[in-house]
Amino acid sequence: MGLLTPDPGLIFWTTTSFLILMFLLRRYAWKPILRALKVREEYIEFSLKDAAQAKDEVLKLSETRRQMIETTRLEREKMMRETRETREEIINEAKASATREAEKIIQQSRELIERERQESLSEIRQQISLISLEIAEKILKQELVSEERQQSVIREYLDHVNFN
Amino acid sequence: METKAAESNKEDEPFDPAYMIMHHIEDAHDFHILSYTNAQGEKVDINFPLPVILWHNKGLHFFMSWTFRQPESVVPFGDTYLRLYHEKIYYTDSDGTILYNENGSIANSKPLSFSITKNVFSLFVGCLIIFWVFGAAAKRYSKRGGLAVPKGIQLLVEPIILFVRDDIIRAQIDKEKADKFTPYLLTLFFFIWINNLVGLIPFFPGSANLSGNISFTMTLAVISFLAINVFGSKHYWKHLLIAPGVPFIAKIFLIPVEIVGIFTKPFGLMLRLFANITAGHIIILAITAMIFIIRSFAVAPMTILLSLIMISLEFLVAILQAYIFTLLTSLFIGMAVNEEH
Repeated sequence: MGLLTPDPGLIFWTTTSFLILMFLLRRYAWKPILRALKVREEYIEFSLKDAAQAKDEVLKLSETRRQMIETTRLEREKMMRETRETREEIINEAKASATREAEKIIQQSRELIERERQESLSEIRQQISLISLEIAEKILKQELVSEERQQSVIREYLDHVNFN
Repeated sequence: METKAAESNKEDEPFDPAYMIMHHIEDAHDFHILSYTNAQGEKVDINFPLPVILWHNKGLHFFMSWTFRQPESVVPFGDTYLRLYHEKIYYTDSDGTILYNENGSIANSKPLSFSITKNVFSLFVGCLIIFWVFGAAAKRYSKRGGLAVPKGIQLLVEPIILFVRDDIIRAQIDKEKADKFTPYLLTLFFFIWINNLVGLIPFFPGSANLSGNISFTMTLAVISFLAINVFGSKHYWKHLLIAPGVPFIAKIFLIPVEIVGIFTKPFGLMLRLFANITAGHIIILAITAMIFIIRSFAVAPMTILLSLIMISLEFLVAILQAYIFTLLTSLFIGMAVNEEH
């Protein structure tokens, strides 16, 4: 039974030692250690939150970037298309105006040619009539050399002229 | 150091393993370091002297324990005499007579003793180690701040502190209430563990069976009892004493059981630690005693191997018992203080 009999002296010393140790450790060990651990835990928690936030921001930024690139691409395509259209328009217009000009020139040339032809024709006519007159004069001169010939022509003309 | 030669006539005495084991398990008034036989054939014991502190006639009396080791062994003390008999101090007459009553137990009265016995000495050693280790660790934490990477002694204590805080205390007690009990439970855990380990050191200043002493475990159990019940919530006491929602007939049986339960919980803590540590010491001593029983060196390799296995097991038991004691105390505190779930 000796083992199971509590000894007041040892109880006293155990109680005293335990309580003193507990108060000393609470003051000089657990408080600083637990505080340091808490600070670290909070720091880690904060850092993790921060990192998650930063990640979100990066994602958002990359999304913005992607959108910007997309917008730019669309813009560029639109501009290219417009340029192409403008170019074609200009070419077409140039073609049309050139055609018009050419037609106009051809027309003018044609008119000029026509006028010149007319002019030459009338000149030719004039020449022909002059030449004809000369020829006629010469023929007449030849014809009317004899008197009786002159007489017969005058008669003939007179026959034809109606004096009514 | 105190050395003392005694008559060397013990060679012929038969070896009594039970006496040897009980002598080692129980408390002592001096710390035996080693014995040898000198050139004159005398047996010399080297003992670490420990003070004896007695409360007698409304006053404290101090003297060293070697006073009892004089051949006459009966020490005059004021108007009476003292005798150290089986490591306990008794009042006797001038002849040192030990009286027995009809049960066979000693009838002499004992003075109230606050002596620094072997166990108390071991207790101080344990406390100094704990305070030194954790004081040093705390100093590092204060100096280097919480954000620095742990180094040296911090690496040793930090995982254990975190384990006790997170897996024992916070796992059992609601978080907002856990912090109040954390210093107590951390101290409890390391107090039991380190004292178990000091008891496992097979030579001075270890080897005392402090944490296997019923006084030690009883003290811790009483502190646990107070920690559990002093901070008990209204809810806890209501469930304990009124047991709402239970039929009246059942209440008559249930409430006494609950009240007995308040006391059996720490009683279980007390016996568990006492029995485990004492059993460990007995087994190691019994295995060692086999050499002296068989009186042959041939068994030494086997006993040494067995001792090694047992000591390794005891190292496990040392932390396991600290864990169980702290865990159960946390669990009971949790049951007493936690809000209704």
